[in-house]
Amino acid sequence: MNLPLALLNGVDPWIFGFSFLTVAVTLWMGFRSAKTSKTASDFFVAGRSVSVGWNASAISGEYLSAASFMGVAGMVMSSGYDALWYPVCYACGYLFLLLFIAGPLRRFGAYTIPDFAEGRFDSPLFRKIAVCFVLFIGFFYTMPQMKGAGVTLAYIFPGLPYWVGVVLVGAVITFNVALGGMKGITLVQAVQYWIKMFAISVPVFVLMAVVGFYNTQIGANLAAGETAPPVSSIERKPLVEKAPKDSAWIAPFGPLTTKAVTAAASALPAEQRPAFLAEHQKPYSLLYTYSLIIALVCGTAGLPHILVRFYTNPDGVAAKKTTMWVMILIGVFYVFPPVFGVIGRNLLPELYSGVGAKGTDKIVLELPTLIGAKYGVVGSILSGITCAGAFAAFMSTFSGLLVSMTGALAHDVYGRMLRPKSGPAERMFAFKVAAVLIGGVAVTLGCFVEPLEINFMVGQAFAIAAASYFPLLFMSVWWRGMTMKGAATGMLTGGLCALGAAALTNLGTLALDKGPMGKIFAGFAPLNGFWAQHPLLRILCEQPAIWTVPLAIGLMIFVSKATAAQVPADIRMKMLVLHAPEKLGLKQEYIQEHQAGAGH
Amino acid sequence: MSSPTPTHDDVVHSEPFLRSLMRRQLSLSIACAATFLVALLGLPLLNYFAPAFMATRVAGFTLSWLILGILFFPFVWVISYVFIKRSLRLEEEEVKEARR
Repeated sequence: MNLPLALLNGVDPWIFGFSFLTVAVTLWMGFRSAKTSKTASDFFVAGRSVSVGWNASAISGEYLSAASFMGVAGMVMSSGYDALWYPVCYACGYLFLLLFIAGPLRRFGAYTIPDFAEGRFDSPLFRKIAVCFVLFIGFFYTMPQMKGAGVTLAYIFPGLPYWVGVVLVGAVITFNVALGGMKGITLVQAVQYWIKMFAISVPVFVLMAVVGFYNTQIGANLAAGETAPPVSSIERKPLVEKAPKDSAWIAPFGPLTTKAVTAAASALPAEQRPAFLAEHQKPYSLLYTYSLIIALVCGTAGLPHILVRFYTNPDGVAAKKTTMWVMILIGVFYVFPPVFGVIGRNLLPELYSGVGAKGTDKIVLELPTLIGAKYGVVGSILSGITCAGAFAAFMSTFSGLLVSMTGALAHDVYGRMLRPKSGPAERMFAFKVAAVLIGGVAVTLGCFVEPLEINFMVGQAFAIAAASYFPLLFMSVWWRGMTMKGAATGMLTGGLCALGAAALTNLGTLALDKGPMGKIFAGFAPLNGFWAQHPLLRILCEQPAIWTVPLAIGLMIFVSKATAAQVPADIRMKMLVLHAPEKLGLKQEYIQEHQAGAGH
Repeated sequence: MSSPTPTHDDVVHSEPFLRSLMRRQLSLSIACAATFLVALLGLPLLNYFAPAFMATRVAGFTLSWLILGILFFPFVWVISYVFIKRSLRLEEEEVKEARR
């Protein structure tokens, strides 16, 4: 038997059909739109005529990644209550963006964070530093998207190894971006949002109608201090050994936030364990929760690929209305993924014992097939719909990231730093090479991360953004005393500390893997022994935001005070442009003066 | 050079105008952020110090789950709605003041 036929064994035609359709439609729409708007300025200028509804859908479509679609459900299933902080903070982070950053940045007219960094401090050098973080955050954000791709393909083609799915999806999207398709076009992204919304909500409603509603499914879990669960009508399957107990799962400070202390306790002699747990478990877990909240809320306000879309509004009023609608659209979406996790715990507990692509991260894909037992083909159709949603999720986010990272590499690194005198043809070629290069690195990284949870990895990208871009934007907008040196020192130190902490955590987790990754990263196993001795350090490493964000802001203030003489000379004008209402027309005035000043 | 060309309108480019502009915007943002942060940072504290109360069942959900999993989203919508209304009104006022 030849290989392609062997692969099709056990493939559900409905699931395959829906997924294939989504991929085909996305690629086709990307190419069609790319033909009509080729350049970046086309994108921005044409975008300015976009209505609030479309623009809000497009922002939401770009934002909801594999982590939101698959990861949140998987993590709620594996960790319970504590995982709810992720969807809540993903949605609420937008509020911080709206309150402190969106308005001023829109008035300033900087399209990207590197643009803003250069404009605010008149420093091309600072632009280059800011560009590096587009790549750092981007790679951390692509890894979970790649895992989403690997998990979904391994689910559709049961015989397929995880890494083949990663390579296949990565190659298709990279190829597409390199050829000029999918340039973050508003229409494509907006449609992707509605595909995802449809694909997450319809199966949830059908499932709940068949197996019992959200509240009764939660009610079937026994909380601490209860003698019987409030709901007994749900037929739960017995939990496997690796699943957390009901009382830990349903309550705050559960397995997610107490992992480090539990690991430390198991390294102690048995008689010391209860006292150690009683003393450290809850306080450390509170610290973990706060650090996670800071990372997610501040990180959303500093995500490089989200801010760009605020300039596609015709004016500031529309920009604010758009943000309002984005919060409603993503807020409604985020109610649904946890429902999958909750029902999955009751009805598909065997996923707890699966690892990597066979674990809880695939609950959104697999759960709808349960309906098949009662209603036959409906289960396959619903599962096909969630697979289509998963494709929409990781394809839109991965291509959006790839475009912004490739743009940074080709435009800033090659076009401005390496070969400032290169012509348009050379730059187009550089764009293609950069796309292939970045796609290749993303796929390689993606192959290694099978043992890590999708949602956790996205949280790390947020933690890096929270310690680098968020302090930069927040402080530069509201404090006129910031100097370039202060901003650069704070952003670099905070961001690199968060990056290093995230990388160390992942290396330690990979060393614990029972599969091939455990062998590759076995050298980092002593790290886990060290953390078992120092659970507090482990938490500060796993969730670094609680110390990296204050560190970055503190350094910015300290170094800026020390270099106060280097505050840009026209700082008052810059601040006026950032804060005065657009109706006063200060932006045009500022541009004219700037050009006149540069001419002398 | 704080005022490079003589054509500048004095109210808009004056130091007091910028100061009042930034102060009023920042205090509006901080007021909204504080409302949000009290709820966001208060919830873990409630979970920590009143676990039994937060585990009260409300139609199957625990109280804590109901708040975080569902009620938090509309709460944030209300804050952002109020912020947008007020900040648009503030901008109108600022424009009037500058053109007076």
